[in-house]
Amino acid sequence: MSADGAAVASARVDALPRVAAARRGRTFDWGTVVVHALLILCVAVIAFPLYYAFVISTQTVPEVLGRPPLLRPSGHMLENYAAAWQRSNMARLLLNSAVVAIASALGKIAISMLSAFAIVYFNFRGKSVAFWMIFVTLMLPVEVRIMSTYEVIGSIGWLNSYAGLTIPLMASATATFLFRQFYMTVPNELVEAAQLDGVGPLRFLWAFLLPLSWANIAALFVVLFIFGWNQYLWPLMITNTETMRVVVIGLQDLIPRTGTHVPEWNVMMAAAMMALLPPVAVILFMQRWFVKGLIESEK
Amino acid sequence: MKRAVFPNRLLPYLLVLPQIAVTGVFFFWPALESVRLSVFRTSPFGDKSFFVGLENFRKLLTSSEYYSSIVNSFLFAFGVTAIGLGAGLLVAALATQKIRGLAAYRTAVLWPYGIAPPIAGIIFLFIFHPSYGALPYWLSFVTSYEFNWLLKGWVAMALVIVATAWTHVGYNIAFFLAGLLAIPASVLEAASVDGAGAIRRFRSIIFPLLSPITFYLLVVNLIFSFFGSFGVIHAVTQGGPGRATEIMVFKVYNDGLIGLNLGSSAAQSVLLMLVVIALTAIQFRFVEKRVTYS
Amino acid sequence: MKRWACAVAVVAAALVVGPTESLAKTEISFWHAMGGQLGDTVNELVKQFNHSQAEYEVKALNKGTYPEVLTGAIAAYRQKNPPHIVQMFDVGTQTMLLSGAIHPIFQLMKEQEIAINWGDFIKPVTGYYSKDGNLYSMPFNSSSPILYYNKDAFKKAGLPDKPPATWKEVGEFSKKIIAAGGAKCGFTTSWPSWTMLENTFPWHDQPFATNQNGYTGLDTKLLINGEFGVKHIGQLAAWQKEGVYSYGGRMGQPDPKFINGDCAMLIQSSAVIGGFKKSLKFEWATGQLPHWGAPYKKQNTIVGGGTLWVMKGHKGADDKGVAQFMRFIAEPHQQMWWSVTTGYVPVTQTAIKNLEAGYHFKKNPEQWTALSQLSAKPTPNSLGHRLGNFVQIREAIEGELENVFAGKKTAKEGLDAAVAKGNDILKEFAAASAQ
Repeated sequence: MSADGAAVASARVDALPRVAAARRGRTFDWGTVVVHALLILCVAVIAFPLYYAFVISTQTVPEVLGRPPLLRPSGHMLENYAAAWQRSNMARLLLNSAVVAIASALGKIAISMLSAFAIVYFNFRGKSVAFWMIFVTLMLPVEVRIMSTYEVIGSIGWLNSYAGLTIPLMASATATFLFRQFYMTVPNELVEAAQLDGVGPLRFLWAFLLPLSWANIAALFVVLFIFGWNQYLWPLMITNTETMRVVVIGLQDLIPRTGTHVPEWNVMMAAAMMALLPPVAVILFMQRWFVKGLIESEK
Repeated sequence: MKRAVFPNRLLPYLLVLPQIAVTGVFFFWPALESVRLSVFRTSPFGDKSFFVGLENFRKLLTSSEYYSSIVNSFLFAFGVTAIGLGAGLLVAALATQKIRGLAAYRTAVLWPYGIAPPIAGIIFLFIFHPSYGALPYWLSFVTSYEFNWLLKGWVAMALVIVATAWTHVGYNIAFFLAGLLAIPASVLEAASVDGAGAIRRFRSIIFPLLSPITFYLLVVNLIFSFFGSFGVIHAVTQGGPGRATEIMVFKVYNDGLIGLNLGSSAAQSVLLMLVVIALTAIQFRFVEKRVTYS
Repeated sequence: MKRWACAVAVVAAALVVGPTESLAKTEISFWHAMGGQLGDTVNELVKQFNHSQAEYEVKALNKGTYPEVLTGAIAAYRQKNPPHIVQMFDVGTQTMLLSGAIHPIFQLMKEQEIAINWGDFIKPVTGYYSKDGNLYSMPFNSSSPILYYNKDAFKKAGLPDKPPATWKEVGEFSKKIIAAGGAKCGFTTSWPSWTMLENTFPWHDQPFATNQNGYTGLDTKLLINGEFGVKHIGQLAAWQKEGVYSYGGRMGQPDPKFINGDCAMLIQSSAVIGGFKKSLKFEWATGQLPHWGAPYKKQNTIVGGGTLWVMKGHKGADDKGVAQFMRFIAEPHQQMWWSVTTGYVPVTQTAIKNLEAGYHFKKNPEQWTALSQLSAKPTPNSLGHRLGNFVQIREAIEGELENVFAGKKTAKEGLDAAVAKGNDILKEFAAASAQ
């Protein structure tokens, strides 16, 4: 599906309530009830793990370990969340995660817009080389080359810094590809007209393309924000001080993996809830952009 | 279509520079470094290092563990993809009824995508835990079989597959719904007027129309689970029991960072990179074709 | 959008610079692997040191598991920005010793003219972490595997209130307890390679590897697939099948089986005593690591846990602060506080004597158990293990143990495979470290 197709698709998503409304007034339909029941079942199965994690985060350790499992919240939510908050320096962790997620998303959007602009609107020597250099990075996760990337960051002196946490995350081609696709759908007449009026390339980008791209930028931002927030191995490697940790790593302090102590699953789950809330909230509240972002950044 | 272009000579280089710089420094430089490391044997602290040619590769390609990690990668990738696509199609099929509240259902299944894989792993680790998880407890009433992922490789594999698929299922559903909603209502109506039953309608009309999306999702899911699935395994099984969940990406990490065998880890990186480059080329061709088509 | 980027950059810059007050003190970085309650205890110890003087500020940081700490330290060292102090577990000793990246503790103290009575440290500890008679790292958290048992379960089965002394008794007691409904399984084991092989071999005076367990050379080979190993692991596998033994995973993952009463006994590090005191809801006590009895000699177990290594590559001026922190934690008061709070064994004679004088061990017999296993004079088989890439070897061993307990391989097949893999790893290490 191209970006056009996706745009049509999201338009149809918006039209959905109308379709449903048109069907109102039909006679009672058992088939629909079954479908709803099945869908609700799907939702329940998908929601259960999170619900259970939440329930655990409100219990005491004996309640957590007790049998049969207690499936309803207990009354110790506040103390568990307070313990998780204090023990893992949560405020700082959340702030760091936010900085990493936002900075890496904005940075990636900025450099991708520029390079996609160059690739679509210019002919220059070495264009296809640049193009391939960028797109070969499409799929290679940082885990695969983690050790050598670490050494590179070390030689630049970016260990334990926001630069080290964010800039390597920008070395991905998905956003560039999205902008390229989008620019290619912009009618040729627009750029021809602009050129006739003597509009230069930078002004064309700023005054014509950018206003057209806001929806894409917002969508991309949501997706990249989540990507940045959920980074794991990279921040684990390159942060050395508590003040630079991000929240997904901060959970490490609460996981008793060295094994010589009693697991406090309740506190761990409380911390997990706090760590997963921001990206999940972003998805829920910016759902329209998120779905658009997902569908359009299809590679 | 020939695009109108700007005539500037220097500007395009300046525009691509930031991205090329980032890519060069954080992708090509480390990649070359990996290639270099892969032909050396290096002591853990990196103070001693000597050239061994293709020895690291030879060792890998003659070790049964490497092949089992390849098999595990495929098992894992196919498992995640099958569950993700299956659930996605199921919801899509149900949603062809064009019932009310479809958007609400989509919201209700989409949010796990925001959960970081290690966190999803921790949650599932708890639910599946042989001594205090809820699931083994309930299963113990149904069967005396012990679903102990600490000992039984296939249970561990199932656990990491389910946890990974969980975070990803909403992604598939979002795509299927988008595809579904792009099907003109008239097509569906025409089909129901013909008196086609729901199942037949889905099989003969909806599914063929969804097949480009299905194919796309197939590719993306496979790639995602093949390469981007480190967090869950790291948080839950650490590759065990008995290497049953050691997939290729995890082995690169484990041999390099935990085992401190930099040469072997780098050699594995190089092999993986070759696979990735090949896949990118294939996928890119496919994407290009679709773009031209539309 | 640019404005946004600027705002972010400004915030980021502000965060990087951070509060200025800490700049006055010299910072000493200390990476450790203590999570959860133990992490809290480490932080408390560090806080005490920071308050005790005004010149230095130790910054403790949990860098994950021990292997992750090691990896992080190595990576940082290669970037010429290592932490001052690294906590490393027992099996990382050989890697650290041969790294060329460390500043031996005895040397540091000599340079800083801080007198420490090295003879005061107990033998199993100095034996494990010394080279040519000199201590290379500062003993910190030392422990040994012991047996924990659930008194309520024992009572229910009509058993006397004493721990099983032999493996034979472990089997008998377990069966009685299961029959009486006292528990679902007899026992489980944490850190399987560490408790069931690395400690069980020296405990029976059996060699774990050639070259005196790796002390006298690099061309070392594992010896765990001999008659003793096959007998011991074979018995565990048979018990696993019967439900007497319940394998519970690696590291401390099996603990909950004991905590929630599923298993009546647990073999685990003495380090969990502190945690268990807080959380166990039933009566419990400890006993020595079970022994097979005659014809095997009862020797000693080895110390596990970690020591603190000082890394090279810092300004000379920082050494003084590092040395002061090391002296601080070696003082009897801190030794005693740390050991009483956690369950790690005190590692100096003075601390042990002081604790004895205060009837500490009479009141807390569980804290004596591990020490009692460490009292014999070590033989070449029981001094410790000095194997390169031991982390990877342990992983290979545990993977094969899992195959054995899952019934996929016999004990002999599994241990043979573990030895083959382990020897490969040792060969690789020797090749990389030679020259």
